[in-house]
Amino acid sequence: MNTHLAHHFDDADQQFDAARLGMWIFLATEIMFFGGMFVGYTIYRVNYPQAFAVGSSHLQLVAGTVNTAVLLLSSFTMALAVRCSQTNRRTGTVFLLAITLLLGVVFLGIKGFEYTEKFATHHVPGESFSLSEPHSSPVDPQHVELFFSFYFAMTGFHALHMIIGVALVTIAATQAWKKCFSAEYYTPVEITGLYWHFVDIVWVFLFPLLYLIR
Amino acid sequence: MSVAELPRRHYLNANYNIWSWLLTTDHKRIAILYMISLTLFFFVGGAAAILFRLELMTPQGDLLISETYNRLFTLHGVVMVFFFLIPSIPAVLGNFLVPMMIGARDMAFPRLNLLSWYLFMAGGILAIAAIVGGGVDTGWTFYTPYSTTYANSQVMAMAMGIFVAGFSSILTGMNFIVTTHTMRAPGMTWFRLPLFVWSHYATAVIMVLGTPVLAISLALIALERGLGVGIFDPKLGGDPLLFQHLFWFYSHPAVYIMVLPSMAVVSEIVPCFARKRIFGYSFIAFSSVAIAVLSFLVWGHHMFVSGQSVFAGMVFSFLSMLVAIPSAVKVFNWTATLHKGSISLETPMLYALGFIGLFTLGGLTGLFLATLAVDLHVHDTYFIVAHFHYIMVGGAVMGYLGGVHYWWPKMTGRLYPEWWGRVSAVVVFVGFNLTFFPQFVLGYLGMPRRYHVYPDEFQVLNVMSSAGASILGLGYLIPLVYLLWSLKYGKAAGPNPWNAKGVEWQTPSPPPTLNFDETPVVTEEAYAYPPLDESSAEGEPLEPVAN
Amino acid sequence: MTHHIVPVKTYAFVFAALLVLLALTVAAAQIENEVLNLLVGLTIAVSKAALIMLFFMHLRYNTFVIRMAAVAGFFWLAILMTLTMSDYLSRM
Repeated sequence: MNTHLAHHFDDADQQFDAARLGMWIFLATEIMFFGGMFVGYTIYRVNYPQAFAVGSSHLQLVAGTVNTAVLLLSSFTMALAVRCSQTNRRTGTVFLLAITLLLGVVFLGIKGFEYTEKFATHHVPGESFSLSEPHSSPVDPQHVELFFSFYFAMTGFHALHMIIGVALVTIAATQAWKKCFSAEYYTPVEITGLYWHFVDIVWVFLFPLLYLIR
Repeated sequence: MSVAELPRRHYLNANYNIWSWLLTTDHKRIAILYMISLTLFFFVGGAAAILFRLELMTPQGDLLISETYNRLFTLHGVVMVFFFLIPSIPAVLGNFLVPMMIGARDMAFPRLNLLSWYLFMAGGILAIAAIVGGGVDTGWTFYTPYSTTYANSQVMAMAMGIFVAGFSSILTGMNFIVTTHTMRAPGMTWFRLPLFVWSHYATAVIMVLGTPVLAISLALIALERGLGVGIFDPKLGGDPLLFQHLFWFYSHPAVYIMVLPSMAVVSEIVPCFARKRIFGYSFIAFSSVAIAVLSFLVWGHHMFVSGQSVFAGMVFSFLSMLVAIPSAVKVFNWTATLHKGSISLETPMLYALGFIGLFTLGGLTGLFLATLAVDLHVHDTYFIVAHFHYIMVGGAVMGYLGGVHYWWPKMTGRLYPEWWGRVSAVVVFVGFNLTFFPQFVLGYLGMPRRYHVYPDEFQVLNVMSSAGASILGLGYLIPLVYLLWSLKYGKAAGPNPWNAKGVEWQTPSPPPTLNFDETPVVTEEAYAYPPLDESSAEGEPLEPVAN
Repeated sequence: MTHHIVPVKTYAFVFAALLVLLALTVAAAQIENEVLNLLVGLTIAVSKAALIMLFFMHLRYNTFVIRMAAVAGFFWLAILMTLTMSDYLSRM
């Protein structure tokens, strides 16, 4: 008898299916959560295309590209971690989750570095916002400020999700270390994995929409 | 006829420790927790309504100043919408009944279910804090740029409260969907599900896919107000209407979060008290799903006069008409179920019939409002106020009260006093119509909403409305008293006092902690009431079955 | 247990494809044409998301209901996007 089976389920498969379906439904709500911002972004990008291009040119393309690669790699290690728990390889699971965790922290570090730079150059929306564009530029600095509003709102909420993800991976790794999982029961690893991949997907869209506008 | 007795062990007396309630993962106990907290919020919101109905007795502003009046109607709107109506039936009756109706021992995620109650309470406490700290004057709609820039009331705290409560709604919806998919008893196929479950499934879809958009729009308001991240700020070239789009993308479907569960309740009550199979089962089932999907296509009808493009206005006007179709399908099917039924008018049935009538009136006036040209005339008048109260109070609250009465014996094991039940149902119906019907007329004559001073010629209708409100208030107090009374003095109900069909009636009342002594096996469709000539000839359909 | 176990080779292949797409999208960002730039960027983003969902998130091997849950999120987002834009694009 599986010790992880809750009293209200008939068998472990039912419990696993329920957890996985629940997570996918939660991810659908997350799509709508970020979706609201994507809709706003679309409207303003249609209205102020040049301002968005100017705003985008002030972002650090290298940092953004490296961060994308870091996240993709972390998704890869996360997928392998899930596979290790499916095949009962405990040390593999712990090791790969730790790598994923580390990559998540690297991402947040680079993001923090970018934010600091934005504060230093007064590109943060609000009273202190200023844009050192030549006066001949046809672009209204306030529209560029709108771009940065979206940049900070979208990457900010993404970073918040990353922080939650890092916490979840830490918990999953600890549990794996304590031998809580087996090929019969690894639901938390699976669920954390789904969440982590989702946060990666959000970034996959944010990257071209924020960093790559011409 | 043997006198029914309460079972020796049931979920209510399984444990008396306070922590056994506050840390419970039993869906039935969580439903009770919700019921108690919702009742408190209902009376908070109602108190605000009483104050401003008093103010509206006279054309002058002699009881309240404008600022207080604004805060009162905002309080009423926010509390009633987000802290009573949206969670009302799903979180109380849905929570209690969905697992029981499908023959499950609990929700799929019992701990998330408990978490959802704590999130609800956290949101509610934030909202109360905002009220105590001076209130909010933006209206429950939080329109920008007023809410982001100009309002100097507790917008942040209130928005955060609703944000947090929204997650409770999402978790409840998630639980319903997963529970319906994975926890059904053997033999409980999709087309044997009671319509109550279908409706709650549709409601859950709206909760899960709509609520996050409300969350992000409120979060963006908070970012703009708190940090100057000005996404809706017209000074920067931002568009305040974007907020309305995002807000109504959730808040229009939210009306269906309130009314679909009411329809769920009515679909259970009508066949039981007409002693007949429901007419057009699959039509009612699919119309719930259709309403859930269509409800997301119509939000622009709240913005006809806002500066939205004329083209979008026409599109939304046309799409809004479509929602009438599945709604009407339901009304026709309930009516057809009544046809040649053996109808008895117990309290739940009175509320259900009240629902059908009032919802039809509310729905038909909704068609007026969906018509672009008519809306230009009555927009932001009392006509709107009357229309949505017919849906949200005449519809949702009547359904809630009907459902509470219908399943009260199941939840508590005791019968409420039937005579008082019927009296309260009639008082609520009369009070409701006296309150809100005059408001249709007021609105049509041009009295705008959200003002506390009005021209003298509107006084008669306003006094009628205020008088009706006091009757309505009384109508809500009566059940509070006798339902509490019945907890101690009510007669024991027995497992199936209404002689109803459905898995939830096959287990003792109140049910044991795991709902069923053994997992039920379902062998027949829902509402398999025997053909009329076969059931006991002289009526007495309510005789308890001898088990 | 019947959980599908994907070979490591598949994962590695998907990861390699993702990196190639990343390089492509950065290179394509040099396109000066506004519309083309957005179109290429979005197409690549959608492909990357699809790869992650189908393989890393096992959508390819999952049940119909789970696929529906994934589709529902995007479908509802499309509703929000389409109807909102129907207002903004017809404002002038």
